[in-house]
Amino acid sequence: MDAFISTYVWPAVIMVAQSLLLLVALLLFIAYVLLADRKIWAAVQMRRGPNVVGPWGLFQSFADLLKFVFKEPVIPAGANKAIFLLAPLVSVTLALATWAVVPLNEGWVIANINVGILYIFAISSLEVYGIIMGGWASNSKYPFLGALRSAAQMVSYEVSIGFVIVTVLLCVGSLNLTDIVNSQADGLGTRLGLPPSFLDWHWLALFPMFIVFFISALAETNRPPFDLPEAESELVAGFMVEYGSTPYMMFMLGEYAAICLMCALTTILFLGGWLPPVDFWLINWVPGIVWFVLKASLVFFMFAMVKAFVPRYRYDQLMRLGWKVFLPISLAMVVIVAFVLKLTGWSA
Amino acid sequence: MGLQALFFYLFAFVAVASAFMVIASRNPVYSVLFLILTFFNAAGLFLLTGAEFLAMILLVVYVGAVAVLFLFVVMMLDIDFAALRAGALEYAPVGALIGVILAVELIVVVGGATLSPEIAKNSAMPIPPVTERTNTAALGDVLYTHYAYFFQIAGLVLLVAMIGAIVLTLRHRQNIKRQDVSAQVARTPATAVEVVKVKPGQGI
Repeated sequence: MDAFISTYVWPAVIMVAQSLLLLVALLLFIAYVLLADRKIWAAVQMRRGPNVVGPWGLFQSFADLLKFVFKEPVIPAGANKAIFLLAPLVSVTLALATWAVVPLNEGWVIANINVGILYIFAISSLEVYGIIMGGWASNSKYPFLGALRSAAQMVSYEVSIGFVIVTVLLCVGSLNLTDIVNSQADGLGTRLGLPPSFLDWHWLALFPMFIVFFISALAETNRPPFDLPEAESELVAGFMVEYGSTPYMMFMLGEYAAICLMCALTTILFLGGWLPPVDFWLINWVPGIVWFVLKASLVFFMFAMVKAFVPRYRYDQLMRLGWKVFLPISLAMVVIVAFVLKLTGWSA
Repeated sequence: MGLQALFFYLFAFVAVASAFMVIASRNPVYSVLFLILTFFNAAGLFLLTGAEFLAMILLVVYVGAVAVLFLFVVMMLDIDFAALRAGALEYAPVGALIGVILAVELIVVVGGATLSPEIAKNSAMPIPPVTERTNTAALGDVLYTHYAYFFQIAGLVLLVAMIGAIVLTLRHRQNIKRQDVSAQVARTPATAVEVVKVKPGQGI
């Protein structure tokens, strides 16, 4: 019995506790990311943004949460009830499930699996189901059009994201996210004889892929300027037209969890994860999680600024960008990077 | 071991049950959703055998891309599937025959491998133990190092299929306006703007 407890029960308890801790931290982070998104958008347009609930509006997201939860959920009469309610659940569950493999610091990961990056890629390619199911189950034309658009969009941009990931994997030689971060401890900068610094991270060596990945991440998470699935000037609110109260909130939560995941993934793949930016005793003393959160927040700041400045793409331009620009660039880069690594013998 | 067996029966049971629901449910959209659940459980079974790469690729390719398009088509179709299915039981003998053939083939393959040890020895690339090489790297060895030419030929076959599909569907219509992005970007004030001096009271 003792053996049973020490092999099965105790690890399970630890894992559940870790998952809950990560979940709570993540949800708090998302609450403030949502607020930051609105504040940055407001600042660009010279508005104040939410400033009433709490000091500087800091509790706005929690007020919104309470408001959504206490409203009555309305299910349209013609809707397919089971799938209508399943869709937001699928979207939020999948978006949160990806976080199981994200390493926030050396060893701070719930499941350190060998194929971590593939797991994230697989689960984030499933997020489209939440949208399609929601759009179809609403039994209404705008949601369905929004769902069709988003399915085509997300499938298209996954292709270029996949190739970008392949180039990073060629440089690293492992699919484990912790290995990907640790491999950035030395790189372009140290090869040129500099001390370990932010120049070693992949963003510099693979700069075109960094840009392609950033833009594809915007498209994959349906962020502006690629928010065609919910383009309010054309489709009212896209696949979310018929949703309200808690189901709507779950869609929003799933969307922002996916956005935070893309920020974390950019940090891991290109910005050196938890590695400090320069090799200096005071900076090395700062714990890695601080660097990770700072870098992910920086990426999110760029996401929010893009939302504020860039007008929405037309749908055919979006498809052209994905298939005729990013796909050839990323394919060519896979070949070029592979050749460079082979000829110089730099590959791991 | 006990936990692994438990998970095996869980995944296997859900896979078989949802595979049954694929053909049994009345709404075709439900069928596709159950098909996705079946894929999921198959991925779980792959994970249990230690083939984590195959499990993830199954999710990426079949669930993330193929089943999405499938779901698309099924949602757009306006066919009364209940009427189509009315006479489906007439085909039951054919289905049973195919099932029997598949079962016999499986028995031959599995039975042959266990009965004659030579077959197991003959396999050109024995699977390296998990401790030495992760199965992603082992698959890479087989596909890209030992059988690279066959892999390339398989890729060419797919390329030909893709070209065929494009040729079948591509048609250039004449009287439609297309956006030429490079032409738009290359425009300068000299080519785009014409300055006309108009005398007062005359018009152009």
